[in-house]
Amino acid sequence: MNRLITISQSPHVSGDFTVKKIMYSVIIALLPALAVSIYYFGLDAVRVTLIAVASAVFFEYIIQKFLIKGKQTITDGSAIITGVLLAFNVPSNLPIWMIVIGALVAIGVGKMSFGGLGKNPFNPALVGRVFLLISFPVDMTIWPTNRFALLANPDAVTGATPLAILKEGVKNGEKVTDLLSQVPPYLDMFFGNTGGSLGEISAFALIIGLIYMLMKKVITWHIPVTMLGTIFIFSAILNFANPEKFADPVFHILTGGVMLGAIFMATDMVTSPMSKKGMIIFAAGIGIITIIIRNFGAYPEGVSFAILIMNAFVPLINKYFKPKLFGEKG
Amino acid sequence: MLKTFLKGGVHPAANKLSADKTIEILPLPKIVVIPISQHIGAPAKVLVTKGDKVKVGQRIAESGGFVSANIHSSVSGTVFKIDNVIDTSGYKKPCVIINVEGDEWDENIDKSKELKKDFTLSSEEIIKKINEAGIVGLGGATFPSHVKLSIPKGKKAEVLIINGVECEPYLTADHRLMLEKGEEILVGTKILMKALNVDKAFIGIENNKPDAINYFIELVKNFEGIQVVPLKVKYPQGGEKQLIKAVTKREVPSGGLPIDVGAVVHNVGTAFAVYEAIQKNKPLFERVVTVTGKSVKTPLNLLVRIGTSTIDLINIAGGVPENTGKIVSGGPMMGKAIVNTDVPITKGSSGVLLFEEKESKRQESQNCIRCGKCVSVCPMGIEPYLLMNLVENEMWDEVEKYHALDCIECGSCMFTCPSQRPLLDYIRLGKSTVNNIKRSRKK
Repeated sequence: MNRLITISQSPHVSGDFTVKKIMYSVIIALLPALAVSIYYFGLDAVRVTLIAVASAVFFEYIIQKFLIKGKQTITDGSAIITGVLLAFNVPSNLPIWMIVIGALVAIGVGKMSFGGLGKNPFNPALVGRVFLLISFPVDMTIWPTNRFALLANPDAVTGATPLAILKEGVKNGEKVTDLLSQVPPYLDMFFGNTGGSLGEISAFALIIGLIYMLMKKVITWHIPVTMLGTIFIFSAILNFANPEKFADPVFHILTGGVMLGAIFMATDMVTSPMSKKGMIIFAAGIGIITIIIRNFGAYPEGVSFAILIMNAFVPLINKYFKPKLFGEKG
Repeated sequence: MLKTFLKGGVHPAANKLSADKTIEILPLPKIVVIPISQHIGAPAKVLVTKGDKVKVGQRIAESGGFVSANIHSSVSGTVFKIDNVIDTSGYKKPCVIINVEGDEWDENIDKSKELKKDFTLSSEEIIKKINEAGIVGLGGATFPSHVKLSIPKGKKAEVLIINGVECEPYLTADHRLMLEKGEEILVGTKILMKALNVDKAFIGIENNKPDAINYFIELVKNFEGIQVVPLKVKYPQGGEKQLIKAVTKREVPSGGLPIDVGAVVHNVGTAFAVYEAIQKNKPLFERVVTVTGKSVKTPLNLLVRIGTSTIDLINIAGGVPENTGKIVSGGPMMGKAIVNTDVPITKGSSGVLLFEEKESKRQESQNCIRCGKCVSVCPMGIEPYLLMNLVENEMWDEVEKYHALDCIECGSCMFTCPSQRPLLDYIRLGKSTVNNIKRSRKK
């Protein structure tokens, strides 16, 4: 036989799990939530998402080409996810230029400045979102009412989110029990007929995405279940202690970015811990910080901050929460 | 619920192409190249010189220490020379090269095929005979069997586990042996039980071999103390520690040996070799080898004399396919890529696996995306991504601290890594460096 054969160390086979497959599975999992956004916010949702995705991919391309000068990475799908998630975290009427800036910060500062996919400590989409929230607090907290609410009441172009109604009310000394009558019924909130950022409104659509990702083994249950569980239990305790001051747990689960955060943001592989134990600690931390910010902080919503704060703890969590060694003594 | 080990594990495609192929006897080669180091431990010392006439089963190299093994001629003929030849490791190693003349067996060997069930030897006599027969672990690890059977002072063997898992994809040698030599394996098991003075033995078989499981459940009715344990399919269940965990729920302590939890594991091939050594006086000079691969014309199982050139096996299976890109000795997960087709078959060769060109090259490795898959599939509970980082940075103290030495090199981490990172390459480097450092500390 006169041919060259390859010599390499074992293993000689590999599984069919690839970065691309993971990323595109996440993108597919995001589609139900996108569909609900388009249903409620119409073409605005399409506009925001397309611009966010296009600018995220564009910035990754030019940074990789001119600054990092490495192999192009835009086809791995991660920039698309960052774009979609950024869009999901902003109001549907945000001006185009702000979205572009958000994408630049998300990709440029949040991801590429650390060396690209896998190296960033913080969730890039949340870095972009929080940058926008702090820079443009007004634009980022005016929430357009959805198409159906607009038909019913043409004057109400914008409306407060349930969380904002609660925060304002509590600040003015009103009782939570009375304020809850001003927010949409929980079933409406569950399916998405409520105010809020583009992609966070429908718990139902997000849960479909969660089931898909669990089936595809892209993520495990540990982060979403622990985070939602912690939020539920913590807010239930507060609500039990003082129902006039603190809203019930179902309200906290269904409002704001909790579902989006638990399913798509906190589960970001790059910025979450490696071991199952670590994931549980991480997700519980996010849940606790979220409820603290919502009930005792200045902002009505705390999911983004909570995730970013816990992102910062990931290296420490990885250091102290190790998987159990086979045959470990004790 | 079927038993299995709990921590980690992967499910590579089984590809058992030769599972229904009866073991065939490979025609005698013209020449054999028998390495004197086919086992873990000290190389054997050559006893023959150029021009000597040897018979089949004649000892040609003697054990070079306690952890070592005797080597026997697999053919009859004339010693052509003692020379360095490239073996499975890729390095030139001393080998006894014999020109084959006829097939004259040592007169002490019982060549009859009939089953011989009864034996009267004592534990010490059995272990001595196994040592004389040069038997090593035939699952691929090639650890000298008599060492495993010699229980150190202060320890006690409680249970014998016979490894019929064959969790490596493609390989079917053990599977076929179980179907065709079931009773012999069970007599061998009885002999091993006697050697260890245990009254309990388990045969672990994964449930992708239902024919073997059912056959053995039937057979063990006539063998007191032996029980068949069907196992849920999961790689690396054939790993000693994983198998003990699956069968007995006992966990071999980190850095420890199976005997620390009272267990001794032997492969079904080893049990068969023990049967032949004790009952038929036949030393270990041939073994079953699976020749397989997606493009191989007729994947099959062969009974091969040790020292036969790999190419002889491939030729029987239809020759080297045009699109071959890699040839592996052993299975796809832990086997070794060989450097040419003349590499001799040794006691540890469980398979010859031919990969197509397109399966041969590794994919380009990408950034770690910190998905944690390597951590969750690691059956030993260590963190491959972390060890790779530490080795890259040459932080050897940390490499040791984070348990690099616990790695069993099963390859599950690399198999599963979505970024195709060479995790195991780095861990191997870490292990050998840490071992060197530890050795130098002792001095």
